This record gives sequence, structure tokens and C-alpha cells, in this order.
Amino acid sequence: MTTVSEGAPTQAPEAAVGAPPRADFQIVPVAGIPIAGAVLVALVVAIAFNRIWALDFFHVAGGGLWTGIDLFVGFIIGPIIGRMSIPARMEFSTRFMPKMVLLMPVLVVITLSAGWQLARHLGNLSAHYPHHGWLVASFIVVGIMAVIALGLLEPANLAVLFELKKPVPNGQRIGRLMRVFIYTAGITGAMQVATLIIMSKLAVG
Amino acid sequence: MSDATLESLGPHPGGAPAPERSFPPITEMAIATLALVIIGGIYLAAHLPRRAPLAPAFALVVAADLLLVVNVVILSRIKPFAWDRFFQVVGWALLAYLIIAGMLEYIFVLDGTRGATLTLLTLMLVTFGVVVPLNLGFSVARYQDVSQAAG
Repeated sequence: MTTVSEGAPTQAPEAAVGAPPRADFQIVPVAGIPIAGAVLVALVVAIAFNRIWALDFFHVAGGGLWTGIDLFVGFIIGPIIGRMSIPARMEFSTRFMPKMVLLMPVLVVITLSAGWQLARHLGNLSAHYPHHGWLVASFIVVGIMAVIALGLLEPANLAVLFELKKPVPNGQRIGRLMRVFIYTAGITGAMQVATLIIMSKLAVG
Repeated sequence: MSDATLESLGPHPGGAPAPERSFPPITEMAIATLALVIIGGIYLAAHLPRRAPLAPAFALVVAADLLLVVNVVILSRIKPFAWDRFFQVVGWALLAYLIIAGMLEYIFVLDGTRGATLTLLTLMLVTFGVVVPLNLGFSVARYQDVSQAAG
């Protein structure tokens, strides 16, 4: 893993003369890893001891953050980034995208794991559950989001970060990869609306 | 002009962008593999607590794993390629996604899933835990200058 101290401005070599200095950054923010680890350990404990309130907390809190961040990035941040100049996008990306690399997989895994266990305890997984069709629909929505996020969004995110690490980043390439990131974030954001509808329906029965 | 030379041109300030090097459809095949595995998982989950007919899920896993093997073979034939960077990303991603897959496996075992269903789910999780890092590694390494990949 490429880990470099954060915050120290670096100047690219001669080819980038005239370009603004870029802050050095970590592709995965190392300081956040213990926090992510602690959250995952707490999730395992909640699952192992079958604490319904804790499972509910992880599912609601994780799902709320996941949904909210997807919608916010897809429909608020994304269009703003799309209108930025390439140097501004690069500046924003070096500070924003490493956080997303760590945050989103953790939110996804705690939401899905806790949600699965919660549904099992509440009997919602059973094929006899009256709203089983809605539950299967939520599986399908999450499945499509997973394919988009893991197949396109996350790879574009990482590729941008590694491009930004180069002494002379390719601005056009970053712009193109950021478009993939923004479009896929928008699609997953739109699908999160479907998730909200399904979960609201399941919550009230 | 070689690919390495194209890469070394950098951002082409004020000029026309250099064409990107073309690669076999590694990402597309990885996405297809991921989709097959996820469809299989949804199929099995939708039948709980009854045991689903396993033939469709088995066919999906076999198709996904065949696609994954073909993908690895095609990827291994790409030359030149930033293998150092590829394995750097794959290594860390493998660690992260095997932890995620391990947690899901833990839940299935804890919930009493056993036998052929557990075997199929495990195969799906292993495929998931391999194909995602492979795609991440390729997506990063494809844009690396082969000469700078070791850095």
C-alpha cells in the first residue's frame, strides 16, 4: 500500500510547471483503519450474541449513512465536481476519495450483515413472510448496486487515486475516470431511493 | 510509438490527449463474474429457510468460476503490464474482501446453513473475494507506466 504523510505540498517535476502544488495523501487513510476494525469487531459481537437492538442499530445507522452518502454524492457532490476545473477536481479528489475507499465498504458490510441477521430473527427471511417479494426485491436492488459499485465505481475511485500519486498525473484520464465515478454514484444514488421505498414498506408491514 | 512512450507523455497540457492503451475485456468479464455470483446468492437467499433446488445455483457458480479462470488466463498474457502495482493492489484488496467474505460465511454458518448449500455459498464468496480484487488491481495497473510501476 502506498502510504505517505498527508498534508505536505509536493511540486511535480518540470512537466507540471505552472500547475498548482498538490497535497500528498494516503490512498487508504491509515488512521481510519483501527476505527473501521473496531466497528467490524462490534458487529461480529452483535451477531454472535444476537442482540436485536444492536443489530437494529447497525442496520439502521449503517443503512442510513450508506443511503444518505450515496444520494448526497450522486446528486449534490457529483454534479458540483462535474463543473469543477480539472485541477480543482484533483485537489478535491485527493482529500475526498481516500475517505470513501475506507468508509463505504465498511458501511456496506455492516448494513448488509446486520440487516440479514435482523431479518432472520424477525422471521422476514422466510418464504412465508407476507412481504417476501419486497424482501427479494431489496436483494435484487442491493445486488445491482453491488455490481455497479464493485465493478465500476470503486475501481474508478482507486484508479484516480493512483493517477494522482504520479509525478505528472494525466488530467484527461482523471476527468474521464471521475465521470465514471460520478455517473455510477448517481445510478447507485437513484437505486437507493428504491431501497428507501422497500425498507419503509417492510418496516410498517 | 510504444505504449510506455505514450504513457510517459503525461497530461499533454495544451495538446491533444494521447490515445489510451487498449486491453482485453478484463473489467467486463469481472463484472459478469460478479453478476453471476450475486444472482446465485440472491437465488439461494430467496428460498430460505427451505433448501432451494441447487442445480441453477451450481450452474451459476460454475459459469462464474469458468469466466474467472478465463479472465485470469487472458490477464496473465498481457505484456507489458505493471504487475508490481497489480499485485500490490490485489494483495491489500484480497485482505479486505476476504475479511468481508469471511464475515458473510460466519453468518451463514452461525445461522445453521450446512451441506451443499453452504458449499455453494462458500464457492460464491470465494469467487467474490477473488474477482473484486482482480478487477481493482487491473483497473489501477492498466494506467501505470510499466517502468514506474515498481515505485
